Amino acid sequence: MARAVSTRRKWFFTILAWSVAFVIFFPILWTVLTSFKSEGDAILIPPKFLFFDWTTENYGIVQERSDYFKFAMNSVVLALGSTFLALLIAIPSAWGMAFAPGRKTKDLLMWMLSTKMMPPVGALIPIYLIFRDFGLLDSRGGIITVLMLLNLPIIIWMLYTYFKEIPAEILEASRMDGATVWKELVYVLTPMAVPGIASTVLLNVILAWNEAFWTLALTTKDAAPLTQFIASYSSPEGLFWAKLSAASTMAIAPILVLGWFAQKQLVRGLTFGAVK
Amino acid sequence: MGTISLKNVRKSFGDATIIPNANLEIGNGEFIVFVGPSGCGKSTLLRLIAGLEDLTSGVIEIDGRDVTAAAPSERGLAMVFQSYALYPHMSVRNNIAFGLKMAGVPKAEIDEKVAKAAATLNLTEYLDRKPRQLSGGQRQRVAIGRAIVRQPKAFLFDEPLSNLDAALRVNMRVFIMQLHKDLGSTMIYVTHDQVEAMTMADRIVVLNRGNIEQVGSPLELYNNPDSLFVAGFIGSPKMNFVTGAEAGRHKAHTIGIRPEHIEIASGAGAWTGRIALAEHLGADSFLHVDTPAAGRLVVRAPGDFRGKDGDGISLKPDLNRLHRFDEQGKVIR
Amino acid sequence: MATQQSRQLGRLAVAPSVVALFLWMIVPLAMTIWFSLLRYNLLDPNYACSLLTPGQLFDEANRCFAGTSNYYYFLTDPAFFKAMANSLILVGWVLLISVVGGTLLALLLDQAIMGRNIVRLMVIAPFFVMPTVSALVWKNMMMHPVQGFLAWITKSLGLGAIDWFAHYPMTAIVIMVAWQWLPFATLILLTALQSFDEEQKEAAQMDGTPPLSFFWYMIVPHLARPVTVVVLIETIFLLNVFAEIYVSGSGGRAGNLPFLVYQYGLISNDIGGASAGGLIAVVLANIVAFFLMRMIGKNLEG
Repeated sequence: MARAVSTRRKWFFTILAWSVAFVIFFPILWTVLTSFKSEGDAILIPPKFLFFDWTTENYGIVQERSDYFKFAMNSVVLALGSTFLALLIAIPSAWGMAFAPGRKTKDLLMWMLSTKMMPPVGALIPIYLIFRDFGLLDSRGGIITVLMLLNLPIIIWMLYTYFKEIPAEILEASRMDGATVWKELVYVLTPMAVPGIASTVLLNVILAWNEAFWTLALTTKDAAPLTQFIASYSSPEGLFWAKLSAASTMAIAPILVLGWFAQKQLVRGLTFGAVK
Repeated sequence: MGTISLKNVRKSFGDATIIPNANLEIGNGEFIVFVGPSGCGKSTLLRLIAGLEDLTSGVIEIDGRDVTAAAPSERGLAMVFQSYALYPHMSVRNNIAFGLKMAGVPKAEIDEKVAKAAATLNLTEYLDRKPRQLSGGQRQRVAIGRAIVRQPKAFLFDEPLSNLDAALRVNMRVFIMQLHKDLGSTMIYVTHDQVEAMTMADRIVVLNRGNIEQVGSPLELYNNPDSLFVAGFIGSPKMNFVTGAEAGRHKAHTIGIRPEHIEIASGAGAWTGRIALAEHLGADSFLHVDTPAAGRLVVRAPGDFRGKDGDGISLKPDLNRLHRFDEQGKVIR
Repeated sequence: MATQQSRQLGRLAVAPSVVALFLWMIVPLAMTIWFSLLRYNLLDPNYACSLLTPGQLFDEANRCFAGTSNYYYFLTDPAFFKAMANSLILVGWVLLISVVGGTLLALLLDQAIMGRNIVRLMVIAPFFVMPTVSALVWKNMMMHPVQGFLAWITKSLGLGAIDWFAHYPMTAIVIMVAWQWLPFATLILLTALQSFDEEQKEAAQMDGTPPLSFFWYMIVPHLARPVTVVVLIETIFLLNVFAEIYVSGSGGRAGNLPFLVYQYGLISNDIGGASAGGLIAVVLANIVAFFLMRMIGKNLEG
């Protein structure tokens, strides 16, 4: 609104908004703070907010005791691997549907989305047995394939909506300029689609990183990502909160940063373009 | 060289026939304008020539060679699109150079040709900018530059001026005509604006629902329209059409008379009526006159005409300039 | 709007994705249906079928065929009713909290406030927290009956400590899951609000529309669509909540349908029963998906 907002009103909403935001953000903030406490301070009641002996030893201990980096490495490999694999299949697919649509293209898109609606428990048993019998349980390749298939519909859908925004006339211009299909893809389409592809990658990495049904069901040790690593903290209850917090902070920090960058794309990706 | 001929060209999308049967010969160096209302198939016809659409049947030849099945890039044509279709991620320089690069022209030669085209188009100082940093007119010139450097057999323009404002449109129109004169290449230009068609074309092709209604020089179409459709489309303001008893007196279903061919009679004219409203353009005034005999007529009067709304007026059509049409809308000669 | 050649190329490009997704959808589904009709329990030595591999099972299908007994058994298991009820409670409450709360929050964040970007980042942050992390943080640091932060607050207020997961496991799960999905609803609804036409706002101001009427006649209709989208999408995800329940160890009392299927299959090794349960979950999800797809499909036309 162009009209000046009264100062008092502005202050009122500002304070209200900050308070609500603080409450919602508090569990994360508290986790980060606790990760810098000693185990003794971590369970102290009444709690200490800022005036405790700050220490980073928890981070060292977490790495030493449970090999954080191995799990983190798995998370990175699974998230990037599944994303990369999905892009290989999705880019040509979205390209085909966006620039050479047939009469059935829309039905096809809807069908792809519908596979995303299938509850994973419906497929859990057969996938588990197939993995068991083919020795894929707890293997990176196996879980990458599952994560890739899981997010493929969203990736195709997002790329499709981005490709759709590239005017067909530009591609026609390149055809008139003598570009072959391959050169068109390399020199014109891909550079123009880079922002769209980047946001798709971002969203998919977030989804794959946080995926906690298949990773919990199909991995145990060797291919286990951070979801499994954190879950392993559920058994010894009680006195390891500072270490749990350190592990949790390390598990969510990278994705929190990515997520903050990807807000807009997130809306578009998760609502399948229904809200922009 | 750049002769293009269309033989029995037919195009349909599924059940819908866009172009039923088009035949056209375009000579080397001609400036041809396809004109018609939106949806008449003029853009489709252009895209068929460009190779961006497949023919359903028929043959297209360029310089006598059958190119019906050839890819766009093999036809040696260049096209300027309505939206300009510049590559947004490339600089102006690379936009212009892209076609040459695709053709594998050596770098030094590309640079030379781009520099020359840029100089012609007053784009030299913008060569390193991106398209989004340019104004509409500049983008238009880049699109033209991209077409020029390839020295095509023919240029295809798809409503290139419709996204520009009125003043710029007049400038670009003159610019393109000058370009045609300098290069002497064949140009095919699609527009829905009959003023562009009249001013630019060597020959105009009027299209209506996918059919070529008439082909001819601007003055031919203006003076001797073959049909009601062409008569109504060419000329501004539009030709007056009168049906009924008044047309019957001239042994026609419909008669047509252009506003500029009706005189204001000092004494008794053929038609009398009252001025409903007047548009004063300075040089001319267009009077909308309600007549009992012929309905509402538009009449061109001199700019200094001083009649007021509601005044009685007497009109005299130039009978030599009267056009007569039969029930099918065909001209009676 | 393309030539024959490019259409063929397009079809070729689409093919791999169609094949991959088709296999991903049809193979597990067919196997699940097949298993759900079999007496196939990996741990029960009384059934000879339990020792067979899926391949051998196919040859011995007559002997192991269980008909609809797996469905009968699953559907009459008291745990099924409990799980269904928990699923519905979870979905219902989280939807209510996230839609109502999300609308209010979105309206608040749409005001002219200072530091809006930072506030927005803080509000949406929980959505990016890994489900297993959120489960453990809430269970321990927030809701622990003795050392939890909430216990300290309730005690300070004189209410005494509440042992959330022991006494109100369902409430605890709802709070935890709502905490993750409220930001999602807020983000979507805020995006929708910000797309509200400024000129419409100004026209309403010119018309002298009071704020409440403005909200009711302009904002509410504008939000109807995104709210529907939020409801449908959250329902799909909420029906599948698993990690939060599994990791917080509250599956016994707050377990939902996915957890029950997991228990049948990977803990009791009753493949037949778990498959029957999985199919029931598929049917439920498809009912929701049907409506969601229609919404998205309509959007595709526009």
